[in-house]
Amino acid sequence: MDPITKPTSEARKGDIVAPTKEKGWFYTDTVKEHFFHPKNFLDGEEGYGDAYMGMVGSPACGDAMKVWLRVEKGADGVERITEFKWKTFGCASAIASTSMLSVMVTENGGLPIEEALKLRPQDIMGRLGGLPARKVHCSVLGDKALRSAVNDYYRKSGQHEKIKVEAGRIIDKVLKITDHDIEEAVLEGADTLEKMRQRTKVGTGDPSCIPEVEQLIRFYKEKYFG
Amino acid sequence: MTPTPSSSPFGRGRANPVIYLDHAATTPLDARVLKAMQPYFSDAYGNPSSFHTLGMRAKEAVTESRIRIAKLLNAHEDEILFTSGGTESDNMAVLGVPRYFAEKLRTQNSEPGTSGLPHVITSAIEHHAVLEPLIWLQRRKEIELTVVDVDRYGVVDSKVVAAAIKPTTVLISVMMANNEIGTIEPIADIGRALLKYRTLRQAQGMEKGTALPYFHTDACQATGFLEIDVEKLHVDLLTLNGSKIYGPKGVGALYVRRGVKFQALMIGGGQEKNLRSGTENVPAIVGLAKALELAQADRERESARLTELRDRLVKGLLAIPKTILNGHPTERLPNSANVSFIDIEGEAAVLYLDAEGVMASTGSACASASLDPSHVILATGLSYEAAHGSIRFTLGHSTTKKEVDYVLKIMPGIVERLRMMSPVNLDMKYFS
Repeated sequence: MDPITKPTSEARKGDIVAPTKEKGWFYTDTVKEHFFHPKNFLDGEEGYGDAYMGMVGSPACGDAMKVWLRVEKGADGVERITEFKWKTFGCASAIASTSMLSVMVTENGGLPIEEALKLRPQDIMGRLGGLPARKVHCSVLGDKALRSAVNDYYRKSGQHEKIKVEAGRIIDKVLKITDHDIEEAVLEGADTLEKMRQRTKVGTGDPSCIPEVEQLIRFYKEKYFG
Repeated sequence: MTPTPSSSPFGRGRANPVIYLDHAATTPLDARVLKAMQPYFSDAYGNPSSFHTLGMRAKEAVTESRIRIAKLLNAHEDEILFTSGGTESDNMAVLGVPRYFAEKLRTQNSEPGTSGLPHVITSAIEHHAVLEPLIWLQRRKEIELTVVDVDRYGVVDSKVVAAAIKPTTVLISVMMANNEIGTIEPIADIGRALLKYRTLRQAQGMEKGTALPYFHTDACQATGFLEIDVEKLHVDLLTLNGSKIYGPKGVGALYVRRGVKFQALMIGGGQEKNLRSGTENVPAIVGLAKALELAQADRERESARLTELRDRLVKGLLAIPKTILNGHPTERLPNSANVSFIDIEGEAAVLYLDAEGVMASTGSACASASLDPSHVILATGLSYEAAHGSIRFTLGHSTTKKEVDYVLKIMPGIVERLRMMSPVNLDMKYFS
């Protein structure tokens, strides 16, 4: 079952229904747990000056996130994320998504960096038991903030060849949304600018990218559905 | 000192009673209103259009309600039309008036430089039920629209409205008090400016006997607190709503001054003088009249009581660091407090409040359908950041000093906790 738009019956418990939407929206018990009792958020930044830091978003757009990592290289030579601290400005979905991401990358002795970088918003949502469709855009910042902090680690540990600015070309400079993100969103049904903005918030902080976004939507629509 | 919220905000036990501070969203039904409505569900259930006894009883109830509402508004009985609520009443005015005059203007106004379209003036902080239909008409090229700005407190300047009037202006729509920030608008001032304009036009012999432009006001939020006298306000159309004044949901009324023309939205059996077809919602209409009577009778006493509680709440909230008041400091509805907590997001705060039993609302984008935060708060010139952090508390009959003090006890901890989680730390110099 698609956790994004088709919630499980479990997820329906404690539903909040928006008055004007065709689709109800609600938070699962897991979302609520992570919202009311967030894990690993950083209270005060003292002692984390030497951690690897990443930041994405802006409060004007409604979401902003900052993360701090610590990485340890094991006897097996694998670099694992042993600590993931965060701060998030955003709604319940954004806070819960960050909290869940922090759990996912640090559980079981820490996720190897290579695997952590493969985490996608969908994986976080899956662990949360789904998010309301119109709240999906609140969960997409986590993996970008993580990537940004990992780059900081690569930079500071001299592994410059591993630094990737983004998986694709950045379209929205403020929210760091790439052409790859646009492609994925089109595949998930965001085939108009309106739907794209609902899903990704693209252009909220960087309206100059809208014409290009429209072009990309057309391009990917034709590529996959044309 | 941070609160530990209950694990589920949505299924609390009796130990944690609800503190309802969202009366601008809707109010509970007053027991006296329910009692007045009761006979018309299953006893006097007739259709007012029927000629038999049951029909007549229903018709009498509707007529009596109309008379009572007209009296409260200082209007004539035949000037009250019943509708399904605030949205329909607003739509009837803002869609109906321009459409009625569209044809006339197309043929008469061929002055060079005029679009030939009916011109409508409204404000940037109107309810969606006014703004959206007007924007829709504008997009369809059926009207020319002027949206006047408001000042930092959300107040519309009557001089700016008057200055925007053109020969093609058919309607001005400005709300009596704003639903989000509670700001009270100078309706009587705008009304007087309009009278002056019409008199001038008539003296110039431009349009004999014309009453254009008409003046509409949405009084949904104001009804419980302000005097609603259509003669003192100088309005031609006025929207009323049952569900904000302890009346039933799904009922409203539109005051329409004698001689005012508009095109009906509902077309059918010809009820309400052929201006709003559809079988009358008799129990709800009876409930609306009762609710309006109660609201107006209790208006001054309740306003004084709530003003005191509201000021206590506002003062306490503003004592929280980095908090600003949205709306006018004094020219605001007695029940309305709206503040922005800088550096945090409103939906998160609303859900933390909910976990403590407090029901409030937010102008944050995250709680709305669009990705934009409240158009009202943005119109006051506040930044997106501050609009995202806005929380509205609207007090009502049930509100007590104890409840206000409880909110003031838990709010600092909630704000502190969310700020602890937030990476944002904006400089307050941008908000002074």
